[in-house]
Amino acid sequence: MIFGKKHGLNERLLTFRHGVHPEEYKELSDHCAIERMPFVEMYTLPLSQHLGAPSKAIVRKGQEVRRGELIAEPASFVSVALHSPVDGTVVSVGLVDQPNGQMAPGIRIKTDPYSPQRMAETPIPDPESISVGEFLKAVQWAGIVGLGGAAFPAHVKFSIPKDKTCKYLMLNGCECEPFLTADHRVMLEYTRDLLDGTRILQHFVQAERIIIGVEANKADAVKALRQTAEEMHFAVEVIPLQVKYPQGAEKMMISAILGEEVPSGKLPIDLGALVTNVGTIAALSQYFRQGKPLIERVVTVTGTAVKRAANVLVPIGTPMREVVEYCGGLTSKTVRILLGGPMMGVSQKTLDVPVVKGTSGILLLTDREVQDLDTYNCIRCGRCVDACPIFLNPARMGAMAKSKLWDEMEALNVMDCFECASCSYVCPSAIPLVQSFRIGKSMIREKKAREAGK
Amino acid sequence: MSERLSISTSPFLHAPSTTPRIMWEVVFSLIPVFGAAFYYFGLSAVLVSLAAIAGCLITEWWLDPRHGEALKDGSAMITGMLLALCLPPGFPLWMSFLGGMVAIGLGKIIWGGLGQNIFNPALVGRAFLQSAFPTAITTWDLPDGRYLSPRGTNLALPLWQGTPVDAVTTATPLAKMKFDHDPTRLWDMLIGNTGGSLGETCALILILAGIYLIARKIVNWRIPVAILLAVVLPTLVLYLIDPQKYPSPAFMVLAGGLLLGAIYMATDMVTSPLTPKGLWVFGIGIGIIVVLIRVWGGLPEGVMYAILLMNAATPLINRATRNRVYGH
Repeated sequence: MIFGKKHGLNERLLTFRHGVHPEEYKELSDHCAIERMPFVEMYTLPLSQHLGAPSKAIVRKGQEVRRGELIAEPASFVSVALHSPVDGTVVSVGLVDQPNGQMAPGIRIKTDPYSPQRMAETPIPDPESISVGEFLKAVQWAGIVGLGGAAFPAHVKFSIPKDKTCKYLMLNGCECEPFLTADHRVMLEYTRDLLDGTRILQHFVQAERIIIGVEANKADAVKALRQTAEEMHFAVEVIPLQVKYPQGAEKMMISAILGEEVPSGKLPIDLGALVTNVGTIAALSQYFRQGKPLIERVVTVTGTAVKRAANVLVPIGTPMREVVEYCGGLTSKTVRILLGGPMMGVSQKTLDVPVVKGTSGILLLTDREVQDLDTYNCIRCGRCVDACPIFLNPARMGAMAKSKLWDEMEALNVMDCFECASCSYVCPSAIPLVQSFRIGKSMIREKKAREAGK
Repeated sequence: MSERLSISTSPFLHAPSTTPRIMWEVVFSLIPVFGAAFYYFGLSAVLVSLAAIAGCLITEWWLDPRHGEALKDGSAMITGMLLALCLPPGFPLWMSFLGGMVAIGLGKIIWGGLGQNIFNPALVGRAFLQSAFPTAITTWDLPDGRYLSPRGTNLALPLWQGTPVDAVTTATPLAKMKFDHDPTRLWDMLIGNTGGSLGETCALILILAGIYLIARKIVNWRIPVAILLAVVLPTLVLYLIDPQKYPSPAFMVLAGGLLLGAIYMATDMVTSPLTPKGLWVFGIGIGIIVVLIRVWGGLPEGVMYAILLMNAATPLINRATRNRVYGH
């Protein structure tokens, strides 16, 4: 049992079992107030910035668009709308570079340098007087996706299946990835938006308990949320959690707070829990109250390879190079650029890709922090077994992966692995464990697809 | 494009601990244990240790396909040191060297090198010596303050048993107890003033080293605790039934190689189970076998066989004590 004294919280901190304690590096940017990124010349908006079907472009080359104007429609239920981040002119509708390294359909918009960049006025429904269906549609057409990183369409998550009820509305403010501080700043600076968004959502889901889970290293956010909730006479439980990776994984937060496990292959809603990132909920309020669809997001720009670490409110579609330049540029020649945190982030081969809805952080690391370690044989120390938050045996699965024994890996439940990378982090022999599980999982999925196609 | 970018997959952070660091830290923790051995047995302890370590390092260098790369991880050094600690001070140096070769060759390399072996390499070496040279390995010199002269058959020529330099030998506390019902004073065993292998003597230093390794999370506390519990509890019952016939629990813990085995041999990561449950099964198994051999078996000491037997059971234990996966 750990008390929050160290963090200035005089209460017990909940947590899950296992997990790891990487160095946090949050001090680089956790004190930096959110600053607005100035408008740049060109914006690139891939049509697929969310999980699910890519949006359908509704603008043509040469067309003038306003800031906040709809430029692409949702193509199906699991799909969201896309809006222009600036007043400007569409210069192309075609293939653009995406942060995942591939080319994909997208829209490029050239900024009108003389525009005051005021938001286009569009009628916004009053959330207190619409039906659930209208609410979900509004969320979808506001382009809101989960801002934690996976970019899952928010309205899909908010759709509670008929046979299920939402008992717990849980907001995820853990931000357990080292370096990242965007959610921290959102909780501190958009406290009212966040609680207001929660109230809007609660109006539709009618949960018994409203819980905000925050890692104890953000004690100021815990206090701010509690105080503001009290001022707003809004009954939310702000629960501080132990500082441990991957506390922010949905399943781990549910274990820590509710003491229940999400059954394998099921969703949190099967336990009656709806878990969503704090930034997403702030965006919800900003849409319904301020009429701003999801055209910008808070991005942490940090790491030792950037001159000035910062939390920047970046219009979606801004080239990463511009964001890095805005933060003073790179300090070192050889760098690693990651989208997201160091544990689960994806490395980039170029800065010439846009910030998308799922970009929670741009992490710029030098060779000093990221060393290629020598690999040794597994010495069966069991540290990976003690780290795995879902109680897999990474050592054994790693051995199977080395011999390409995918079926055996599946029997060891590799498909339950959510790739938190705790195993690779602790492995003293630096064996690429999670890396090989990613491969194993895709091989198994491919095989299943082949078999289903027969 | 001006910057040089480097691409790989996450995670990009790594815990400070690495395999060589773990191994060398174990080596470091063994220094005081050797200090005690040198203090009690002088030059002959140094010579026996050097011979065993040389046997291990040379074999590792010779059989390693990457010639010498493997030496850097420190594991052969540990094997050599541990083997030396379970040899008597008057042991022929050539046998000690040969034991080191067998420990690495048959105990490790033949299985595929670091991490691949089933049995603790040092104990494989020791088991080989026990069966090949049963007399030499059970001839114990008394710690008598002779520092600079070799003891026993230290200097025997290769392939010869040799004649002892002198005949001041003694029995180990366990043998005295088993065959003569003569318990050694606990204090002598605690500070190491008894006959025995190099590492079987000073219990106090072993306990401190164990605490250090547990605190550094290099040794999993469950193994030594399980072994000690499984030795102490049955012994206590027996002792309460007949204190004349059976040794006291304190004697059982301090005598022979139990502490060395519980702290350094059984806790070898490679040859012990992975899960907490498995570690308990493993440790308790070792403790029970030790009691069986020591109390009812024909040998005075059984730690080596107990550990080797449970090493063999480790894959089975791993299979039987799998963790329940989250959500299953």
